[in-house]
Amino acid sequence: MAKQRIFEGLKIADFTWLGVGPIAMKFMAEMGATVIHIESHTRPDICRVSPPYKDWQPGINRSAFFAVYNDSKYGITLNLRMPQAQEVAKRIINNWADVVADAHLPGVMESWGLDYETLKKEKPDLIHVATALQGKTGPYSKMPGHGMVGVSLCGFTQLTGWPDREPTVPFGALTDFLTFPHMVTALISALLYRKKTGKGQYIEISQLECSAQYLAPPIMDYMINGRILTRMGNRSPYAAPHAVYRCRGEGEKWCAIVVSNEEEWDNFCRAIGNPEWSRDTRFATFQARKENEEELDVLVEEWTTEHSPEEVMRLLQEAGVAAGMVESGEDLVADPQLNHRGTHVILEHPEIGPHIYQPPPYRFSKTPHELTMPAPCLGQHNEYVLKEILGMSDDEVADLLIAGALE
Amino acid sequence: MDKGKQEAVLSGYRIIDLTNDKGHYCGKVLADLGADVIKIEPPGGDPSRNIGPFYRDIPDPEKSLYWWAYNTSKRGITLNLESDQGKHIFRRLVKTADVVVESSPPGYMDGLGLGYTALSEINQDIVVTSITPFGQTGPYKDWKADDLVGWAMAGQAYVTGDDDRPPCQISFPHGYLVTGSHAASGTLAALYYRECSGEGQHVDVSMQEAVLWTTLILVQFWDIMKINLFRAGSRRSMGTALFRLAFPCKDGHVGFLVAGGQLASITMPPLIKWMAEEGMLGAFEDKKDWEARDWIEKVDAMALTQETVDAWENSLLNFFATKTKTEIYEKAREKSMIIYPVSTTKDLAENVQLKTRDFYVGVEHPELGETITYMGSPYKMTVDSWSIRRRAPLIGEHNKEIYDGELGLSQADMRLLKEAGVI
Repeated sequence: MAKQRIFEGLKIADFTWLGVGPIAMKFMAEMGATVIHIESHTRPDICRVSPPYKDWQPGINRSAFFAVYNDSKYGITLNLRMPQAQEVAKRIINNWADVVADAHLPGVMESWGLDYETLKKEKPDLIHVATALQGKTGPYSKMPGHGMVGVSLCGFTQLTGWPDREPTVPFGALTDFLTFPHMVTALISALLYRKKTGKGQYIEISQLECSAQYLAPPIMDYMINGRILTRMGNRSPYAAPHAVYRCRGEGEKWCAIVVSNEEEWDNFCRAIGNPEWSRDTRFATFQARKENEEELDVLVEEWTTEHSPEEVMRLLQEAGVAAGMVESGEDLVADPQLNHRGTHVILEHPEIGPHIYQPPPYRFSKTPHELTMPAPCLGQHNEYVLKEILGMSDDEVADLLIAGALE
Repeated sequence: MDKGKQEAVLSGYRIIDLTNDKGHYCGKVLADLGADVIKIEPPGGDPSRNIGPFYRDIPDPEKSLYWWAYNTSKRGITLNLESDQGKHIFRRLVKTADVVVESSPPGYMDGLGLGYTALSEINQDIVVTSITPFGQTGPYKDWKADDLVGWAMAGQAYVTGDDDRPPCQISFPHGYLVTGSHAASGTLAALYYRECSGEGQHVDVSMQEAVLWTTLILVQFWDIMKINLFRAGSRRSMGTALFRLAFPCKDGHVGFLVAGGQLASITMPPLIKWMAEEGMLGAFEDKKDWEARDWIEKVDAMALTQETVDAWENSLLNFFATKTKTEIYEKAREKSMIIYPVSTTKDLAENVQLKTRDFYVGVEHPELGETITYMGSPYKMTVDSWSIRRRAPLIGEHNKEIYDGELGLSQADMRLLKEAGVI
């Protein structure tokens, strides 16, 4: 039997945008589902109009931001404010899709007649999976938002940075990335359940509620012990050394080092050549190292600054100590481990040209993922989807076009 | 303690969870959705029971909030997999399992004769999910990585922190938690394939890749623009100028981005109106036109100079300094603005949206005679499946239930195994 992918035959109508929904549905597509991503010229995905742009030239089809979240999908445009477009969307759902995904504020899908309550009347086994920053219900659900501020709402900003300074905002739309695996999990759970029972369902996902999972112990610590966790730079209560140290070389050369127990401390000392200070009583035990951590960090950095980050990492890893160079975007592209795993997949995009995409962080021994095509240009597959998948005639498509329903 | 309601989405699946702190979250996700997850710990308990904080600050392996939070709904047994008898018992358990999740270094399970190939001979359609720092193969496969090392090697450290200090972590790191979250997806996908084909398989999850998936488009900025994005504290580059993402306010900070274009068009008109009402327009004095959305929509963030951005931000700093986090969050809610509080763990515990949605749930701890508040469901499903079926297991809590009740070991057998350090 030829290699099959997991979700071959599964059909998803993807009304999502921004981060969470598009990435979750892209993973499904790479695992074999057929996904139609529905957009509109009247409200382009913000990722389409944000950098990085090919050749620094903005353009609706030139951003890799949108592209890397939407490969392996068909892309169509529908102006869903128009009844004709809503009819097309309903045809996609009723005649074709197993799953509907959306990431709109509460009320939007309803206004298009594409909410679960309406859709399930025609299609009782439909699975509808929806995501929103603060959920689809509750007093704050209608607030617009995105992960770059979600990261603050969800508690990560307050916990990032140095104790003597203002908080640092973690990079990017972190909460999107902490949420989307939950969307994949919930959807596959529902698919397994449907396979067994024939029943569909509605699933709603809140970034705030997913993100809270990642801070459960400190939130419970507040509830039980009244302690409010604060940022502590790179310190850890469980390890010392535990920091990011400057290394030899021009520019930003750093290596993270974590020594978690006495065996690793011995290995660490041996790897750095057993300097005099490493035998000092100030560093003899974990407790002593924690008490004298500032001095310890200075001494460790004296050693690291004599070596490149790669050397520090290799010398320590070979001695059994956790160490990793701080990789830039450029380093990540060259990373031998990522390249071994095939993390960076190059696809030829019609406007961006060949560029890098990434698959899910798991590999299946029997059913490998496949990135089948680059992200669609806006409306690239209108004709294919309308004619080949929905079986519309040329006249019907022309009518939609003239009416502006495909804007 | 199972809820007596409709069947949960993952009812009927049995999962053996061998993971340590690198993989607890995967099994929790599956257990809370109804799977029967049996955690196997080494005799004496898993070392991650020593991770704090602790209930009432009592450092006790049965009181780790970390253990509690990420092992809910599981049953727990102890078993020494390195002993022959332990292996024998484990093989018997595998016969009735659908999935084994493990987080040992690559090759360790094979070395015990319990790797995927060996297990698939016992149970042909078994799914084995392996969680490791870098994956099962490749030049770094044998390397160690704590959260901070993964944070560095996946690019996050490079872009996090103040530019005049070393790259920085988040003080409650989540590298292996997000990896566990992905591992749950991968495991379920493999189960779905098994339902279709009857075939199990091995799922290989990499923490480095899972964390890389949290870095937005770091690789893409290098790939197509040859820009290495760089840490800038609370500020972000949107082209030429740096923009603030956190502003101090009266009692903390708020998260907000001026930017331009579509995003700014949502927030700036009502915000400027609010500033005008309070006579604090500052640098926005001549920007009253911004009350019209389409004007601000034309502002191209990439083309703004640092001078302009600084002037705007200074006026915003002055304005936010007169308001509390709650005042700003409330106004933002009322006027649909994208401004959010920089929440502390206390703020999260008291968050009105979470409370209104009944997010937090009480879980009984019979051994303490107390109900403890836990994080609720990350998803609301109409086939109401998610619940914390029981608090995390005590060390060896279900040994009798499983060894005696299921495998039919006698009291005498169990005593012998205990004496031999097997259970």
